[in-house]
Amino acid sequence: MDRIPILKLGEALLVTIQVDMHDRLAMALEEDLTTRIVEHSARGVLIDISALEIVDSFIGRTLANIAMIAKVLDADTVVVGMRPAVAITLVELGLSLPGVRTALNAERGMAMIKGRIADAYMIPADEDEGGP
Amino acid sequence: MARSTVPIRTGEDVVRVRQETRRYAIEAGLGLVDQTKIVTAASEIARNTLDYGKGGQAIIEVVQIGARRGVRIVFEDNGPGIADIELALKDGYTSGKGMGLGLGGARRLSSEFTITSTPGNGTTVTIGRYK
Repeated sequence: MDRIPILKLGEALLVTIQVDMHDRLAMALEEDLTTRIVEHSARGVLIDISALEIVDSFIGRTLANIAMIAKVLDADTVVVGMRPAVAITLVELGLSLPGVRTALNAERGMAMIKGRIADAYMIPADEDEGGP
Repeated sequence: MARSTVPIRTGEDVVRVRQETRRYAIEAGLGLVDQTKIVTAASEIARNTLDYGKGGQAIIEVVQIGARRGVRIVFEDNGPGIADIELALKDGYTSGKGMGLGLGGARRLSSEFTITSTPGNGTTVTIGRYK
């Protein structure tokens, strides 16, 4: 069966969906991403859907599931590049993509993930100051 | 390009229904947003035909109603049918693995929507979108 390729970029995983996904392919992506998040201790997942001509309820639910699973595994998911016609259709369909963060393009999405990774490594100021 | 019949037996067939619907929507001269809405609606109903209707077919054609031109898709299955159509159309109602947005969502995305079903004798759903 076909698989959607997942690239590792530092502590982030990058997925570009280039094909019209049938349901099993979407489910395989959910499984593969889950495995890779743990394997690479990934902090962020960037999913580029700019090539997707539609997002129906199944694909939408898969994106929402991925975001929820990633959250449980301490990784942030950002979906980028949604086409305007797809956004209009999603809202009318009644899909709100709970828990899915979005950005207009891959550059902004990656900036969100990098911000999150930087925050994770920042030592809180009060820990440097010792006890009272 | 009079009409196309796409059998719906596998998940790949649902993708074929999307692609054929797009082709006819372009042929009918629908704009990008209208194309996207009817393709998305077709995807929802095709999945229902596969999952709940145990497979069936989609008949896709360009339709002219007065001055309005558009695309119409008729989905037919010989599955168990729907006992309570009003209930099935409600958002959040699902008898299976879906989110319960399929039928109601597809109705919102279509300018024409009819559904007939006889328990034990299958379901026919007609959707259309016109300029």
